[in-house]
Amino acid sequence: MKRPVTLTVNGTVRTAVVEPRSLLVHVLRDDFNLTGTHIGCDTSQCGACTVLIDGLAVKSCTQLAVQCEEQAITTIEGIGTVDALHPLQAAFWEKHGLQCGFCTPGMILTAVDLLARNPDPSEEEIRHGLEGNYCRCTGYQNIVAAVQAAAKTMRAEPAGAGV
Amino acid sequence: MATIFGSGIKRREDPRLITGAATYTDDLKLSGLTYAAFLRSPYAHARITRIDISEAERAPGVLAVYTGAAVKDRLVPVPCAWNVPNCNLKIPPHPLLAYDKVRYAGDGVALVVAESRAAARDAIDLIEVDYDPLPGGVDPEKMAQAGAPQLHEEVPNNVAFTWVVAGGDAEKAFNEAEVKVKERIVQQRLLPTAMECRAAVASYNKGTGHLTLWVTSQNPHIHRFLCSVMLKLPEHRVRVISPEVGGGFGSKIPAYPDEVLVSLAAMDLGRPVKWAEDRSENYKVTIHGRDHVQYVELCGTRDGKITGLRTRVYAGLGAYASTAGPGIPTILHGLVYSGAYTIPNIHGTIYGVYTAGTPVDAYRGAGRPEAAFLIERLVDTFAREIGMDPIEIRRKNFIPADKFPYTTATGLTYDSGNYPAALDKALSILDYKAFRKDQAEARKQGRHLGIGVVSYIEICGLGPSQVAGAVGFGGGLYDSANVRVYPTGVVRVYIGGKPHGQGEETTFAQIVAEEFGYPVENIEIVSGDTETTPQGWGTYGSRTTAVCGSAVKVAAQRVKEKARKLAAHLLEANEQDVEWKDGKFSVRGSPDQSKTFAEAALMANLAWNMPAGMEPGLEATAFFDPTNFVYPFGSHICTVEVDIETGQVHILRYVAVDDCGPPINPMIVDGQVHGGVVQGIGEAIQEIAIYDESGQLLTGTMMDYAVPKASQMPHIETAHTVTPSPVNPLGVKGVGEAGTIASAACVVNAVCDALQPFGIRHIDKPLTPARVWAAIQGGKEIAR
Repeated sequence: MKRPVTLTVNGTVRTAVVEPRSLLVHVLRDDFNLTGTHIGCDTSQCGACTVLIDGLAVKSCTQLAVQCEEQAITTIEGIGTVDALHPLQAAFWEKHGLQCGFCTPGMILTAVDLLARNPDPSEEEIRHGLEGNYCRCTGYQNIVAAVQAAAKTMRAEPAGAGV
Repeated sequence: MATIFGSGIKRREDPRLITGAATYTDDLKLSGLTYAAFLRSPYAHARITRIDISEAERAPGVLAVYTGAAVKDRLVPVPCAWNVPNCNLKIPPHPLLAYDKVRYAGDGVALVVAESRAAARDAIDLIEVDYDPLPGGVDPEKMAQAGAPQLHEEVPNNVAFTWVVAGGDAEKAFNEAEVKVKERIVQQRLLPTAMECRAAVASYNKGTGHLTLWVTSQNPHIHRFLCSVMLKLPEHRVRVISPEVGGGFGSKIPAYPDEVLVSLAAMDLGRPVKWAEDRSENYKVTIHGRDHVQYVELCGTRDGKITGLRTRVYAGLGAYASTAGPGIPTILHGLVYSGAYTIPNIHGTIYGVYTAGTPVDAYRGAGRPEAAFLIERLVDTFAREIGMDPIEIRRKNFIPADKFPYTTATGLTYDSGNYPAALDKALSILDYKAFRKDQAEARKQGRHLGIGVVSYIEICGLGPSQVAGAVGFGGGLYDSANVRVYPTGVVRVYIGGKPHGQGEETTFAQIVAEEFGYPVENIEIVSGDTETTPQGWGTYGSRTTAVCGSAVKVAAQRVKEKARKLAAHLLEANEQDVEWKDGKFSVRGSPDQSKTFAEAALMANLAWNMPAGMEPGLEATAFFDPTNFVYPFGSHICTVEVDIETGQVHILRYVAVDDCGPPINPMIVDGQVHGGVVQGIGEAIQEIAIYDESGQLLTGTMMDYAVPKASQMPHIETAHTVTPSPVNPLGVKGVGEAGTIASAACVVNAVCDALQPFGIRHIDKPLTPARVWAAIQGGKEIAR
């Protein structure tokens, strides 16, 4: 039996009528048309579907949409635009932190959470912090460089974080 | 103006990708969309005795259910596109849905189309199938033996082909050799694991009879061709669009049954149908890579001159011959057995073997990593046998830089190269002698350090179409570009290739920008739609820059030549007096008399004032067919420490020196190397697709298949030498696969070096702690 669920998505209150078994990732993609959140596996390994729930990075395939009632969800579409990029988006672009781009939204949102908790991470801490997000293209090297560069920018301008 | 070719500018494709605005196939929504799901065989090899779809057909939301019997006369079986000649190749039919037998766990059995994804999935569970299980097997060596379970009636002993490569007289060389070494090497099955799984959306217009198929493809024109054959639809009525594609690594080259069945359903229902693979399905159904059992011998003189190489290889093809399957372990493997060396006598016998596993096809490097690995491993073994340093033996056998173009014993003509220079550069970054000292010191303390060196070559830029035809590839291998200048001077370039992460929207714009003296912002690269792009053969085999990029350059030159003629007319000057200077056409000697490229473009499009006989418009199409392959090369060195208590391999440093000719965008080149190296390191130390005895894929999810994680991979130090290729106007080679080709052997060489004190000569990859530990204990090699 379908039931309504109300979520705050990228700052806007939105309601969808969903099956109780619907995963958050499917509701974001199918009901709210936020297709920047990707699906790369079915066992919660790859992290392509990572979003922020009340500011914490969460794999949106691990949540039933109905569990997220009244919570604030932030997707890649909600952290910056082409004209006003989040420092992490800008750094991924600057440092060539992406190739096919499929893992990138999840990777960036995990990094948002990582930098919120640790504004000046070492390379090792970044690599550890991104363990739950797989990338098959970049070998991670430029992703690490991007997170380091964004951390530097965000330390210099903490207000620019945008989330 | 500052040169744009060779500059590491930011990528032009990135803004949409970093903001979530890119559209991948599964992101598409069409009015009236329906959803497909497949029932797949749980058995590796079984006879289907009964299928009952009646309950599924009655399930809520279900629109159609298809079985193999229902579609077999409506569709042409899945073709194999690489019919390698002179090897008695047998290609049994590959039905789109199995109707009598299933031949691997994952073989399609039925298709359900429903109003929602969930309804389609739910209905799959309502289909009843009775199977009579048959014996199977996925080991290509065992499956080729007499008495092995028979997979296809028309293929005795499951041997699809016996392909021989020979040059010189290997038998004589081995008979007369002072030193011989040999090894049995297993190239384990790998799962390509593009982060985006495959997907397809099909929409049929009953009014026009035209089908539009959005599909995750590295080569939309090949997909159009093969899908039109299978659907029995004329090619002009099939439009294939490959939108944003989230990685491929070879796995999105083949035409699979799935997109064709989805198309058939869309035609029947008159409604669009979407199918999106999930990861478990991807691991079962989307092609796998590698899967060789290799017997390799190398011979030479006691002072280190290699005189012969001999192989016997069992190459698993999986259950059916996939699109390029037979060409990978033959043309792309055996022909490069000379590697970077002057090996005068070569003989290889490759058996292509059908096994009851997922079909095997091109995976990053495709045949060449399996060749580079066996050569580079054996060169090390040979060096150790005669007590020679691995660097020295390579130097002693390198093809000298002044011998290019060089023809190998296998008949390839390498275009250009300077192998010692790449090795020298790597050694200038990593101090080999100092490491050897550290290693000796560490050994005294019970620590085991090792160093591995690889000097690889690869065959890329596939390739001359005439050669493609001669080696049985069912298509051409030229590529194409249409450069079209709009009235405002904006340039769009429609290409036959299909970038899916490699950055050609940037590098190709750089090619045109350099030619036109333009900022790259004025140039847009368009790919992936067979309706708008000229015939091309796709992105794989590190071919797109060398072949399609060359077409872009040639087309741009044609456009510029026309613009120059038009500018001369507008400047009322003789054509010979007009020169291209500082980004403008100007009259020689009167630099103030000039026309920009954009001014010429506007007039060409308006055509108010054209020279007599000149057609309006400013565009050109070029089809570039190279005269030879290109042969990138390089030397990689890595150092490792092996924890002998646990068998854990730690990579200390990884230095990659690659030569892909002049880099168009060094930042992108380095990115390709990073990703390639990490894929090869994954292959070396952790990735393996494991089947159990009954043919079940045990590594069927990302929980079980060890995709490299950020925390597991090292920092990679990159550098380059630049040796232009003479076979294309850009001088470029290719770099997409180089890292993978080099790194697996490099890491294994380093680990075997570290374990010399244990008398360990070789451990089959992946070098998991369990395998390394077992080898250290002198234990037998554990089962694969």
